[in-house]
Amino acid sequence: MTQNPVKLADEVVIDRDDLQQILDVLESDGYQTIGPVIREGVMVYGELKTVFDLPVGWTDEQGPGSYRLKKSDTPTLFGYVVGAQSWKKYLYPSVSRLWRSEREGNGFSVIEEKDQFPAYAFFGARSCEISAISIQDRVFNNDKYSDYNYNEIRRKSFIVAVNCTKPAGTCFCASMDTGPKAFAGFDIALTELLTNKRHFFIAEAGSDRGASVLSRVTFRPVTKDDKALALGVHQAALRQMVRRLNTSNLAAIFSDHFDHPQWEKVSGRCLTCGNCTMVCPTCFCHTIEDKTALDGLYAERWRKWDSCFTKDFSYIHGGSIRASEKSRYRQWLTHKLVTWVEQFGTLGCVGCGRCITWCPVGIDITEEASVIMQAPDGVSPSI
Amino acid sequence: MDNSKKTLELHPFFEGMDPDLLDVMACCACHREYQPGQFIYREGDEADQALLIIEGKVCVEIFAAQRGSLVIQTLGPGDILGWSWLFPPFKRRFDARAIELTRAIALDGGVLRQKADEDHRLGYELLKRFSRLVVERLQATRLQIIDIYGKHI
Amino acid sequence: MKALIKDIMAPAVCVIQKFRKETQDTFTLELSPPEEGFSFSPGQFNMLYMYGIGEVPISISGDPADTGRIIHTIRAYGAVTSRMMTLKKQEMIGVRGPFGTHWPIEDLVGRDILLVAGGIGIAPLRPVLFHILSNRTRYGKVLLLYGERTPGDLIFRNQIESWRGRFDLELEVTVDSAREGWRGNVGVVTTLMPRIVLDPSNTAAMLCGPEIMMHYTIQELTKKGLRDDQIYISMERNMRCGIGLCGHCQLGPTFVCKDGPVFLLSKVRHLFRKREL
Repeated sequence: MTQNPVKLADEVVIDRDDLQQILDVLESDGYQTIGPVIREGVMVYGELKTVFDLPVGWTDEQGPGSYRLKKSDTPTLFGYVVGAQSWKKYLYPSVSRLWRSEREGNGFSVIEEKDQFPAYAFFGARSCEISAISIQDRVFNNDKYSDYNYNEIRRKSFIVAVNCTKPAGTCFCASMDTGPKAFAGFDIALTELLTNKRHFFIAEAGSDRGASVLSRVTFRPVTKDDKALALGVHQAALRQMVRRLNTSNLAAIFSDHFDHPQWEKVSGRCLTCGNCTMVCPTCFCHTIEDKTALDGLYAERWRKWDSCFTKDFSYIHGGSIRASEKSRYRQWLTHKLVTWVEQFGTLGCVGCGRCITWCPVGIDITEEASVIMQAPDGVSPSI
Repeated sequence: MDNSKKTLELHPFFEGMDPDLLDVMACCACHREYQPGQFIYREGDEADQALLIIEGKVCVEIFAAQRGSLVIQTLGPGDILGWSWLFPPFKRRFDARAIELTRAIALDGGVLRQKADEDHRLGYELLKRFSRLVVERLQATRLQIIDIYGKHI
Repeated sequence: MKALIKDIMAPAVCVIQKFRKETQDTFTLELSPPEEGFSFSPGQFNMLYMYGIGEVPISISGDPADTGRIIHTIRAYGAVTSRMMTLKKQEMIGVRGPFGTHWPIEDLVGRDILLVAGGIGIAPLRPVLFHILSNRTRYGKVLLLYGERTPGDLIFRNQIESWRGRFDLELEVTVDSAREGWRGNVGVVTTLMPRIVLDPSNTAAMLCGPEIMMHYTIQELTKKGLRDDQIYISMERNMRCGIGLCGHCQLGPTFVCKDGPVFLLSKVRHLFRKREL
């Protein structure tokens, strides 16, 4: 295997049968590789030892409130898009212990967790998900404070992106400028190409680390025809994406239409179950929970994902600030699409469509936003 | 009387009132002084006066058998005390007591009513000012009764 | 330098040096700070951890010049604060902080200062008074209006009485209801407004209390000619982390724990009193 080393931004071709080598190199570099695997009828992210752990030959069908995995007639490795889980499962675990404490005489001692975090390789991250990670990077590293756990895990993680070739019915990344093709934030980006004769990947080195990994696998140079094929696939993916979110006047949702009747309407359907916040790859809200042993001699503090859809979320002595369902849906949507911008300089939505797919009643953020962006009587909004 | 007019003029309650109307008011005005602790009136008394407080502090109280006198409100310079003289049965509903040495101008309620009936311009001016006062007091009372500093606000 | 949440989430264990009951439901804790000392700016808060019960944000009520003590005045409203009320001297409590924005006292040198406190809102304003009274010549006229439920609920009563004796501080206390013998005012804090004299061009107002009380106070101040950029308010929301990461305290685009609790009114006018925001 005498090849020229791959450099940053280089593109190379890797045959389907050689893809395992990437996993092998990552393992030898000490990464624990996580990728899409099938568990109990859905695609989740889990440990990936071989390429055969991937959902080979599976595709998904997604719509508001519905998700189905389906066998396809092609042996693609990445013929589906995103499932309920996102990489935040690893970067920002749903529960984590912050410290333990023991009673000592009149007082107590606090023992901080000294976690050892594994170096993860996220294999098969979609463009929207990478955007979500970059958004959470800003959240957990705000103007005043940094989150130790998140930043430790993040610093060590390696990202292998996969460019989407077939969007799901709930995807709208194109209108959020976050996909379907990965443009930044990855170490390696793969485009899966399957013709009658060949099954191969174009791999792009997005970082020096990525280039180093690619240099150690079997590849051949990319040809003009390969590139044309990839371009066709990327363009087709873009064309197939039917769902859109009009982002031209999102600010009006908060500033002008805070009392829009649609909030009330949607709250009639919303179960305030919080599914959308759990599956959202950018949602970061959490609660701090103190637990104490019954004998009172031992206590722990945990951090747990929380949802703005609960009444408790805004509770201060005397009652909840957001008591109505309407106000809680409004908080979530306006946070994603309006106030997030002021907080973090970016929208809080990447167009992955999870909140639409996993909403038990199929509430669609793109539809709700487009109704609320307009003045209630159909009068065009003031700009 | 001139002195009374001047005092009326300076009192915020009559701010901007036409001088000729102030003249009428001054005709039924007289100075009053109350010692600390002295009752200005008691519940059930004839309500025959409005008092414009110039100096001091007055409390409006209600008497409850087991709890003694409960202070509902305190009034100070610039405030008006008493509006029961405006409507029948012209009886005081609360106790009013000076808690500091208090100086006030008392306006004769009966005369004022009669003058207001004769001169609707005066009547309108008076009612405008008194109704504003009543509204302000009502608004303040509403805030007072919701236990704003309590646990449930 | 940015602090790390890892360290910030773990409370420092502080010993209670003094416990003073202020009223039937309010008490003051005086804590000895951790080894490295403790400094804060008026208006900031700490997250106080009651072992085995939970953690709550509590404003600091001590003198900012005194780095040898951490002082909190707490009204027992919930499970954690009620349990804290049973604490005793030499027991310990967890402290994280100080967090949040502060009253901009350094920027207000030379100005007349109006402080309006409602209920426990007096606690986060007391450090301002400490600072001003230690630097009295640097400020113009200083006026404190303090509203409470009843005379028995008044906090810092002795201190307020001694402040009342000062010639360089105007002070008015009012309660919602009182029995005979109370010589102060009765009526909501807004009823004091018409009687006070302000120079609207040179006054800065700091308000701390229930939102309704601040709302009506703002209306009175507006009548007196104060602009929104002369009025500071302190907001309260659910806080879990204290550092703008947990999301609970959001008020529109702001995180009250990090961008507040002290806000210049003109910056949050569009958010203030917005229902269920």
